[in-house]
Amino acid sequence: MSKNKYKNQNLLLPGHTACSGCGQNLAARHVINTLGPNTIVVNATGCLEVTTTKYSESAWGVPYIHSLFENPAAVATGVLAAFKYKSQITNNKPQTNSKSQIQKINPTNLANPTTPTNPNVVVFAGDGSTFDIGFGLLAGMFERGDDVLYVCFDNEGYQNTGAQASGASTIGSKTTTTPVGKNSIGSDLMKKNMVAFAVSQGARYVATSTIAYPKDIENKVKESMKYKGPKYIQILVPCIPGWGTEPKDTVHIARLAATTGLYPILEIVDGDVTKVLKVSAQRPKIEEYLKLQGRYKHLFKTKEGAEAIKKLQKICDANIEVYGLCPTCEEHQILMQYKK
Amino acid sequence: MKKILEGSQAIAEIINLCRPGVVSAYPITPQTHIVEDLAKLKADGIADYEFVRVESEFAAASVVLGAVASGVRAYTATTSQGLLLMTEVLYNIAGLEMPVVMTCANRAVGAPINIWNDQQDAMSVRDSGWIMLFAKTIQEAVDMHPLAYKVAESLSIPVMVNMDGFYLTHTTEEVNIPEQKAIDRYLPKFRPENYLGVENPKTFGYLAMPKEYQEIRLALHEKIKNSRTSIVKAMKDFKNHFGRTLEPISTYKTSDVNIVYVVMGSMYGTLKVAVDELRSEGKSVGLVGINMFRPFPDREILSVLQGTKKVIVVNRAVSLGTEGILTTEIKKALYGKCKVEIQDEIVGLGGKDMKVGDLKELIKK
Repeated sequence: MSKNKYKNQNLLLPGHTACSGCGQNLAARHVINTLGPNTIVVNATGCLEVTTTKYSESAWGVPYIHSLFENPAAVATGVLAAFKYKSQITNNKPQTNSKSQIQKINPTNLANPTTPTNPNVVVFAGDGSTFDIGFGLLAGMFERGDDVLYVCFDNEGYQNTGAQASGASTIGSKTTTTPVGKNSIGSDLMKKNMVAFAVSQGARYVATSTIAYPKDIENKVKESMKYKGPKYIQILVPCIPGWGTEPKDTVHIARLAATTGLYPILEIVDGDVTKVLKVSAQRPKIEEYLKLQGRYKHLFKTKEGAEAIKKLQKICDANIEVYGLCPTCEEHQILMQYKK
Repeated sequence: MKKILEGSQAIAEIINLCRPGVVSAYPITPQTHIVEDLAKLKADGIADYEFVRVESEFAAASVVLGAVASGVRAYTATTSQGLLLMTEVLYNIAGLEMPVVMTCANRAVGAPINIWNDQQDAMSVRDSGWIMLFAKTIQEAVDMHPLAYKVAESLSIPVMVNMDGFYLTHTTEEVNIPEQKAIDRYLPKFRPENYLGVENPKTFGYLAMPKEYQEIRLALHEKIKNSRTSIVKAMKDFKNHFGRTLEPISTYKTSDVNIVYVVMGSMYGTLKVAVDELRSEGKSVGLVGINMFRPFPDREILSVLQGTKKVIVVNRAVSLGTEGILTTEIKKALYGKCKVEIQDEIVGLGGKDMKVGDLKELIKK
């Protein structure tokens, strides 16, 4: 038996400080392991950053940079531009024929002139960064057509700061900024449709998944890298303290999100829906998903709560219709309008 | 090579000669001509940098941060509202010790909205951890950019070159633009020790707990304070290479005078005329120009101002509710070391014209 058998091959290493049962760090490990060591990670502020880079330790086996909450898309553009420039001058093909200003470029000008192939550039960001504060900068990255894989770990709120509502929070969920009270059943807004947004902005590969399906995540990451240009993958990752769930239920809840139809599992390539995860005709009702989570507990106690549950069930049903998730559904009905 | 150039065009030319790998900026008056000219140099095939068009100054600053972190020289430029929008990234660039170089075409900040020159924009980020240089002339602004790269990259501290909007960006004069070979000799290749590279994975931008945070921030504070020596050395080196003088402060007829004006930026030129006229009227007066605001040249200031009776600080920026920002800095430099009356003057905000006569009047107060 070779020694290597016992070597830790993960690129997001144990020793980080995430909660047991954390969906995000689990998902991040599957993504980075799939991308491999020739990858640069640009991370937004959030739990993933906080739990993996506490000074003076790092859980990352790949080059990693965290700058701010809202700017990972633009930092990734900068990284990409730098490597584009490096490969341009290592190939020693100056784009110019002007003699006036530019001399022949010397490849030794570079910090690392030997980079064999340009690395993959991946952004890891939460839903707060992606849906809300970094939305404009992400739009800029899409517009520029930058060859970046943007992965959003969606836990439907600002969990790192104590479970406040974000643009990704679902209707009826209790958060610390949408508390439940006499006049409130929790969040009263619909979750922002980032998938449709990414498609509309020309992201070449757009997909969703949940941490219940690690193989699906790996396949999608692999598939996405076949496309040059912006790629967007959104993964639902349950948050133990933020959602009020048990660590043992992370995968179970993430599976229910998909099988109820609340979180449709999709793959959209150049505007076409190419793959969906079918849900069973005897699919679980939304209550199955809700009852395992503290953030929805209150819905089972009042008339208004029952209304909210109905609304959530309607969202599931609509998703199944729209994305063609049931076994007999016609597929590929929606998002064609965005096709380039 | 001597050329007749608009200030912005001269900056674009010198930036290209400094061989950045990535240029990213967002247009805002009066910085626009600089980025337009850089875009044109790229479009004409004269420049080989990646020119990244972005949707905001916030993104521009983030792009150059990512580029420098990847081991490539980068450049951005902005002013006023754009600088304020960048603020969070500017602190981050400094904290990450990324040697970014940027130009700030100094302009007023709103409200009321105003596109003309003063220095309130740059003064609002004076605590962000950037070395801050202020040019008096277009030539000086040109010369400060290779210096900025040299200093930034040798110390891993970002440098902001400030030039008064319109007065220096939109005026045309004779400028000496160095040859490429001369710049290459002065400015070594950018070879950072730490950068994002897969052959040696490193982590940038960690979380620091209270104990480490203070240590790290104070270490940065000391580093910037101590950068003065390296900056002066790089300035001397610049003189050896190009024959032109760059120094932390400039003085004009300051020996044995009773009154000294202190100013930062292009108003130095107008004040020189004012000083000459006042002297011909029998007044004992001289002038100091501050060319380096961070780190602040306390020592140089003290050596010039001790022995004078009165200092008139001509501010182009105010800390609302207190006084002119340069005044506070001058007081700090002199505190407990010499006895001198300090007159706080706040002038020329939002492009309000200050003529020679107006500046001469200040002496009568």
